[in-house]
Amino acid sequence: MNIGNLIKISLRALSNNKMRAFLTMLGIIIGVASVITMLAIGQGSKKSIQSQISEMGSNMIMIQPGAGMNGGVRTSSDNQQSLKMEDYISLRDKATYIAACSPSVSSGGQFIYGGNNYPASISGVTPEYLTIRKLNIDDGNVFSRQQVAAAAKVCLVGKTITKNLFPNGENPIGKVIRFNKIPFTIIGTIKEKGFNTMGMDQDNIVLAPYTTIQKRVLAITYIQGLYASALSEAVTDKATVEIETILRENHKLKANDDDDFNVRSQKELSSMLTSTTDILTILLACIAGISLLVGGIGIMNIMYVSVTERTREIGLRMAIGAKGRDILAQFMIEAIIISFTGGIIGVLFGMGASFLVKLAISWPISIQPYSVILSFVVCTVIGVFFGWYPAKKAAQMDPIEALRYE
Amino acid sequence: MSKSIIRLENIKRNFRVGDETVHALRGVSFSISEGEFVSIMGTSGSGKSTMLNLLGCLDTPSDGEYYLDDVAVSTMNKNERSTLRNRKIGFVFQSYNLLAKTTALENVELPLQYNPEYTGKERRDKATKALDAVGLSDRLHHKSNQMSGGQMQRVAIARALVNDPVLILADEATGNLDTRTAYEIMVLFQELHQEGRTIIFVTHNPELAAFTSRNIVLRDGKVIKDDENKNIESAKKMLDALPKQED
Repeated sequence: MNIGNLIKISLRALSNNKMRAFLTMLGIIIGVASVITMLAIGQGSKKSIQSQISEMGSNMIMIQPGAGMNGGVRTSSDNQQSLKMEDYISLRDKATYIAACSPSVSSGGQFIYGGNNYPASISGVTPEYLTIRKLNIDDGNVFSRQQVAAAAKVCLVGKTITKNLFPNGENPIGKVIRFNKIPFTIIGTIKEKGFNTMGMDQDNIVLAPYTTIQKRVLAITYIQGLYASALSEAVTDKATVEIETILRENHKLKANDDDDFNVRSQKELSSMLTSTTDILTILLACIAGISLLVGGIGIMNIMYVSVTERTREIGLRMAIGAKGRDILAQFMIEAIIISFTGGIIGVLFGMGASFLVKLAISWPISIQPYSVILSFVVCTVIGVFFGWYPAKKAAQMDPIEALRYE
Repeated sequence: MSKSIIRLENIKRNFRVGDETVHALRGVSFSISEGEFVSIMGTSGSGKSTMLNLLGCLDTPSDGEYYLDDVAVSTMNKNERSTLRNRKIGFVFQSYNLLAKTTALENVELPLQYNPEYTGKERRDKATKALDAVGLSDRLHHKSNQMSGGQMQRVAIARALVNDPVLILADEATGNLDTRTAYEIMVLFQELHQEGRTIIFVTHNPELAAFTSRNIVLRDGKVIKDDENKNIESAKKMLDALPKQED
């Protein structure tokens, strides 16, 4: 018997028991829909974390002085002076995998403007810092190279600072604010970025030329850290190695000496956070998978009932020439139709539910093509797996017994 | 002498029930020629059902050989017998065994669906012709649950005819019908016989023997009587003799 006929016969048999077929399908529909939705939620969270990390600069590399030893006493990295201006210059000039590089020095204190004040820290950087951290200027200008060279008392401020120092909505550009009694002229504002995944306010930021901070605020010659960006996310690892080589050379470290600095890329942070969401996704998918399994058992159950109920039909078909494999195929196709149709409806339901989640609680979702394909494959496998045993039972019936069955 | 369709040679069939062996058939031999209308009778336990299953190639003998249309059946495997049944035998059952909620046409097409030689259109044409032959040309698209017992049995007979079998095997084909309808069905069988079909009619009802051309009686697994019926009664006459039905 050809496959077209078999499908026709199976559809007829299913339409004879519409309610039962639908309820059986419902198990698969719920299973598939929940797999799709759960994966969409899990993947959505992962994507949103990844995009937030890349907002921060996915190819960003941070270099900090390492926690060193001072006469047997371990000291915190803040007090280390192992990074020097020469390090910045050689990285800027020698490194080939680095697109931009900026030194960083910072100091905490109180900002004052008129009757308002706000505690924040001021970071001394070069203009490249904005590219590295993916910061954009909202209004005004970035300080120039000349201003950096001249240690000009200019700064760029973030939204949180302007909100607190200029609560009446005045234009902050050109205003002079004081930080630890040193006056800084605001020459630009930084575009709002909001809170990051870790709950840090990314708009609580004041940037000034590093020379100004070194000379006028901290009175130091070393630098507290370096920020660099690799040419692309893909070469971050190579860039990291290169930085380490250059710095070790600069610091004249012997082969068995420990680094006196730390190089960290966003990759570690990113992989840590995404592995957390991966676990969440797997967990959700497992729960959803169990409901799919229950749906499959539902199919098996109904197929058993169907085979028993149609014993005489099976007997008749065999008497008039159906072979065992014809009967097997007939019931297998029935099971596969249930699971496959259930799969299609389930995918649609799952997508609908995912968008509902997005609309209702504005949770980021992401429907992956692989999760849809996976659901279909699993559905068909379930149809074959759970349909096989009842169909085999039907195919092995003795036509004489089957015809006599009451 | 016309061609022999069925040849049984010392057929034995034993069943094991627990520790005992039941001899359902204890050496049966006969042959049936083309165009015969044979009734096989016997009380329950006579081996009638076993005989029917063997003749229908649903079962194989424990000993002896059965030739259907010159093909030896006992050595065939299940699939070969399925194909043989599909090509050479038409079954008519006591309880019709039509598929539920399925039209007459589709029911009749069923045996042809298991024969890949036929296209969809050929199946339809043959099924229509077969239904025409049993007088149901106006019921092609009626579903099995919308028909009377007599009509359902006619559909079943059409289904048995549709593959042009060498043998029609009827098992108590009138057992579920009232007297009048039973005669109507017998009329149909007699017409088929006159057209030259070979029919075996298995029944426990001795009255029906009068309508067939040959009577075989089984008892305890053996043939105790095998007579030609020189004096075939016309079922049509009996039907006409019945009191007219009030509608």
